[in-house]
Amino acid sequence: MNFAPFLFLASLEGLVQAAVLCLTAVGLSLVFGVMRVVNVAHGEFFMLGAVLAWWLASLTPGHAAFGFALALVIAPALVGAVALAADRLILKRLDYRPEATIVATIGLLYVIQQTALLTFGPDARPVEAPFYFRVQFPWFGYSGHKLLVVAAAAAVLLAAWYVIAKTRIGLVMRATRFDRDTARAFGINVHRVYAAVFAVGAMFAAVGAVLVVPVRQAHYLMGLDPLLLSFIVVIIGGLGSIRGTVVAAILIGFSDGLISVFFSPTLAKMASTLLVALVLVFKPQGLFAVQSR
Amino acid sequence: MAAVTLLKARRLSKSFGGVRAVQAVDFDLREGEIRAIIGPNGAGKTTFVDLLCGRIAANQGTVEFAGCDITALAVHRRVRLGIAYTFQITSIFANLTVLENIAIAAQNRLPERGGAPFDAIETLRRVGLGGQENRRAGALAYGHQRLLEAAMGLSLNPRLLIFDEPTQGLSDGEIQGFCDLLADANRSTTILLIEHNMPVVMKLARRITVFDRGRVLAEGAPRDIQDNAAVQAAYLGQ
Amino acid sequence: MKHRPAPPDLKAAALFVAVIAALFALQFVLPEYHRLSVTRIMVLAVFATGYNILFGYTGLLSLGHAMFFGAGLYTAGLCAYHLGWGVPAAFAGGVVAGALLALLVGCVALRTTGVSFMIVTLMFAQVAYLATLYFTAYTRGDEGLVLPQAARSFEWFGASVDLTDPATRYNLSLLLLVIALAAVWGVARSRTGRAMVAIRENEPRARMLGYNTFAVKLQALIISGALSAAAGAAYALLFAYIGSSFAAIQYSIDALLYTLLGGPGSVLGPVLGAFLMFYLVDVASQYTSAYLLVTGVALILLVLYFPRGILGTVKHRWLPWLP
Repeated sequence: MNFAPFLFLASLEGLVQAAVLCLTAVGLSLVFGVMRVVNVAHGEFFMLGAVLAWWLASLTPGHAAFGFALALVIAPALVGAVALAADRLILKRLDYRPEATIVATIGLLYVIQQTALLTFGPDARPVEAPFYFRVQFPWFGYSGHKLLVVAAAAAVLLAAWYVIAKTRIGLVMRATRFDRDTARAFGINVHRVYAAVFAVGAMFAAVGAVLVVPVRQAHYLMGLDPLLLSFIVVIIGGLGSIRGTVVAAILIGFSDGLISVFFSPTLAKMASTLLVALVLVFKPQGLFAVQSR
Repeated sequence: MAAVTLLKARRLSKSFGGVRAVQAVDFDLREGEIRAIIGPNGAGKTTFVDLLCGRIAANQGTVEFAGCDITALAVHRRVRLGIAYTFQITSIFANLTVLENIAIAAQNRLPERGGAPFDAIETLRRVGLGGQENRRAGALAYGHQRLLEAAMGLSLNPRLLIFDEPTQGLSDGEIQGFCDLLADANRSTTILLIEHNMPVVMKLARRITVFDRGRVLAEGAPRDIQDNAAVQAAYLGQ
Repeated sequence: MKHRPAPPDLKAAALFVAVIAALFALQFVLPEYHRLSVTRIMVLAVFATGYNILFGYTGLLSLGHAMFFGAGLYTAGLCAYHLGWGVPAAFAGGVVAGALLALLVGCVALRTTGVSFMIVTLMFAQVAYLATLYFTAYTRGDEGLVLPQAARSFEWFGASVDLTDPATRYNLSLLLLVIALAAVWGVARSRTGRAMVAIRENEPRARMLGYNTFAVKLQALIISGALSAAAGAAYALLFAYIGSSFAAIQYSIDALLYTLLGGPGSVLGPVLGAFLMFYLVDVASQYTSAYLLVTGVALILLVLYFPRGILGTVKHRWLPWLP
């Protein structure tokens, strides 16, 4: 039997996984990089995006593409609003003290997750894909939607890169990240930057969730896996390094499927979690981060 | 007093990412001395003292204390040998009482070398904090916090007491009291201090070491240092 | 050197005796359901007391204490189930396993501080949790194991102890709590306890006062891990069931929450926190399946408005002698 088609299929699946992981992890990394806040509730923003996408799609009559398009715009905006409220009501009041914010975001995790359970229920809900076009390769046809996920994620990441690297907004963000007090001395409203970054970080996760929810399903407990994977990616990539995060997300997104072929998924998770803990202890700057000095 | 060398540094060096903060410094401190280190900002004084007490590791060179090579020893081991250090920025246990601060220090004090056994209340009275023992340390006035810091150093019963700019931020009256305290403490311990206040230096120090750009520029009795042309150019003259 | 005068200690001792007497008396008035709840709470309070050693006294916030609880639970439970160990041996095995795990974890995790320490302990605990699922041949994973009848009673100096008897269970768990509280009180007043507080308040200063802060933190973690494991082992043996959910992150958060609510750094705080939180969740779960909402809201409110917890605030405001 020919091995190439199988490898090609695995690569495509890895690419989809990597694209969504990239979005989610970049959100987490952005928040940590600029605010020094470890957001344990990040996975719940992902879940919230998926659940809202299901809700919006179920409200929208007509072709599934309309609902999907609507969800792609509105769900991240709503998630951003929730994050903004969390920043104002909780994080800002804690003055962004790292340890206190972790405990608070653990609380936030429960609040969002359990509220979803209360309102949305315990069942997993499918969301229809916007279209069923299949791309024909010589060996098999492949879901056009999945390829759209990859393209959209790439577009969002490119846009983010452009904003951070080339615009005044990005400059303000980088200045705040570099030194909060100096930024303040230059007239930057640090709290406004933090609020915006926290909201945008959550929206990254939400966009990833909306994109991928037709492939998976919306469920109130679905936030845990993206959270753990994002943690792994952010730590391996170097805390707060966006570039390292993207490299690590692609690597891990690709390898995740391959590793599972050879080992039991539980063993693979154990090994990778242990590895990541050791990286954090012995090489906290990550494996791929560009030296900042 | 017998001229026993308590502390000996040889070719001690430290650089931070290409900036050579301390360059091959030789330094001797005799038992019972009060030594002041002076020098312009950025001369490497604090870095040098950090190397002596082990807060940072040297790139090169050796430190000997009371005849033992302590170059590779961790901070707490050096303290246990008798090197006490007080921070430039006040560092006390702000949420604990004054007495608890002293008790934490005294738990690691060296065995008595003659004299009366340790008494926390008496130590506090001696530094001028009598009657304050049950107050929260963080609630003390700044000058009193510095005194508490000194009292913690003394409670270790050290052989060498290192101060980094102890009189900074103190009023004239407090400075006077601090000088008396150091003179008193000097009866049982050797003192090394980094100090900017020249009247204090001139009054207390038996010898002065002048640092400039990571090196020892001059060393001698206060009067010689005052007369030294190179020192004046680098530091006093401006 | 001079110590503080005796009265505060006397008051504290009197308070302990009163609390223990009240807990002992409670078993005669409580209905069956609540007597079982309090039995559980006291074991969980031992867990929180162990957590308090590390978080409340040493200032190290672990997000992975479920692994120590789980180490005690599984060591005791598996030894009783597969190897037929008696109850005392299985319990001792659980405690030793917790202490050893703490030593191992500490040697690695204590190289980090603050946020990194929190994440590293979280991840180690996640590995431990996954291990209980991976070795499902022995643990039966989520489904868990029910301990055999042989592990439900034991001989102790000629007396036979029956663990299926509710009164026996209640008093054994009270005994364990008394031992744990005495241990914490003893540690808090010892030289090591003083060093732990010094590290919590200002670690660089503690180091510059001659403390080997790494060694002190490791000691604190081992004591903490051993106590948490004792709670886990007791839970397995008293209630005769072991399952993966006891090693899940939820239990790490609970230990933190009990301590935070009752008052970190106070001996009785975690006990009070365990009582209140257990009943709060218990009541909430009668009304909704989303009862963990209570946990989330409590965490946020505590961190925002009440970081000293109940007894910590009482101690700070009104009763400085409180242990």
